[in-house]
Amino acid sequence: MSRRFWRLVVLVLILAVVLYPLVWMLGTSFKSREEIATNIGLWPDVFTPANFRDGWQNFDVSFGRFFANSAMVALLTVVGNAVSCLLAAYAFARLRFRMRKVWFAVMIGTLLLPGHVLIIPQYVLFKQLGWVGGDWPYLPLLVPQFLATEAFFVFLMVQFMRGIPYELDEAAKIDGASPYTVFAHVIVPLSRPALVTTAIFSFIWTWNDFFRQLVFLSDLQDYTVPVALTLFIDSTSESAVGPMFAMSLLSLVPVFLFFVAFQRLLVEGINTSGIKG
Amino acid sequence: MGITAVPMLLSLYLSFTNYDALSDFSAVEWIGLDNYREMFTADASFWHAVRVTITFALVAVPLKLAAALGVALLLNRAFRGVGLFRGLFYLPSLLGGSVALAIVWVNMFNRDGAFNSLLSVFGIEGAPWVNDPRWALETLMALAIWQFGAPMVIFLAGLKQIPVELYEAASVDGAGPWRQFRAVTLPMLSPVIFFNLVLETINGFQGFTSAFVLSNGTGGPVDSTLMYTLNLYIKGFTELRMGYASALAWVFLVAIALITVLLFSTGRFWVHYADGEDR
Repeated sequence: MSRRFWRLVVLVLILAVVLYPLVWMLGTSFKSREEIATNIGLWPDVFTPANFRDGWQNFDVSFGRFFANSAMVALLTVVGNAVSCLLAAYAFARLRFRMRKVWFAVMIGTLLLPGHVLIIPQYVLFKQLGWVGGDWPYLPLLVPQFLATEAFFVFLMVQFMRGIPYELDEAAKIDGASPYTVFAHVIVPLSRPALVTTAIFSFIWTWNDFFRQLVFLSDLQDYTVPVALTLFIDSTSESAVGPMFAMSLLSLVPVFLFFVAFQRLLVEGINTSGIKG
Repeated sequence: MGITAVPMLLSLYLSFTNYDALSDFSAVEWIGLDNYREMFTADASFWHAVRVTITFALVAVPLKLAAALGVALLLNRAFRGVGLFRGLFYLPSLLGGSVALAIVWVNMFNRDGAFNSLLSVFGIEGAPWVNDPRWALETLMALAIWQFGAPMVIFLAGLKQIPVELYEAASVDGAGPWRQFRAVTLPMLSPVIFFNLVLETINGFQGFTSAFVLSNGTGGPVDSTLMYTLNLYIKGFTELRMGYASALAWVFLVAIALITVLLFSTGRFWVHYADGEDR
């Protein structure tokens, strides 16, 4: 009994430390400007939504625009990754083609490649194509996602598809199915769990991504939420703290909702993919 | 694949040029090894960034893994609410890489931030942590350690794989909890520890967002948070020296590959595989 009790006490203490910054952020977002300066407590005495109103309109472009931009980039990334990684994974898992093993090794190799190494040549390439700051500045962010460059997801799906019994493919082939039909009617429906994992992580990673969006977006109206948030840092005045926190909090809401909805899948999805990886 | 391979070759080529992103491609000059020579002999910021990055990884990665393993051990029992604990500990890993949390973190360690108010309760006068070159990097390390949830989840999965019989046998032989941890848990968990170590080391070397937010993209105060990737960004996209930044990127790539190889070669001595095969 006592041992279990102490275990719980220690866990609760650690949890308090871990959650402190998040609760502090929540509390500060709802404090008035005066209270931020005077009340050092975690929780506001008076809850006020003023920070959200001020933060939303803090720049020449409203945060509604930034959120719409972020949502568009994230959702198109999800679609791109889901479609392209499925196709690539199907090829690696089921089709026979020349140098398949070599290409697979190369694909795994790109897993170790830091994004920072690729960003300069990609920038140069996309600039030459006129995509950087072009008519639609999101091309450099999105085109790679439609070309199965996220090796992590391809790998995840390949591993998953290998678990699908070959007998199903063969039964379909005997019934006269082409590789395309097998893909559409056997592999895709059975790969749904891997597809869901891919979609969730694509969304969260893209929503949180900063480096690529920082490099490729240059006009205020095209900014995504993370890039817009850094604008707050420039304005060093004390008055910006509340609005800055309010907008930061808002930016975490979508990820938090995903977390609540898919908690089990996130925590366990990482388990299996992590150990096999 | 092409979108990865072609830029790689282009990047290698650029690293031998003085390309500056503004001028036309025809103006690019081949300057041989000059970029690399400057980096290793003349550019103090390069060596400084290397030092900062290695310090960061050497401190943050082991502490993060220790926290992850410690909490995983505490959670590796069935009790009511264990799922909730696991989820809440994992939450920072999900949110922590974002600009939003870096902003909160930096403000928490400001002169009049929450951390100093907490210290003042105990009568301790804090420092302006994020503006103090002696402490700025440490606050970034703390942010990284705070996100121990992801390796923790992987540790938990690994702990579940250890057969209960081993603990029973050890207990019959009179081994206490500490002895059981050293003789059963650690060796049986070593493949998972190794996996987490490799993953977190590679991640640790790539820290960018938090350093960018803390220093507003400069690597300050006094270059104390000039992580390698931040230095690369400054050279490439602020100073627009794309050729030089490409050379930086290639050195980075080779360094990460070498460190991974190094980790794998030490792994032979301490990673124990249950199937008895040496990998």
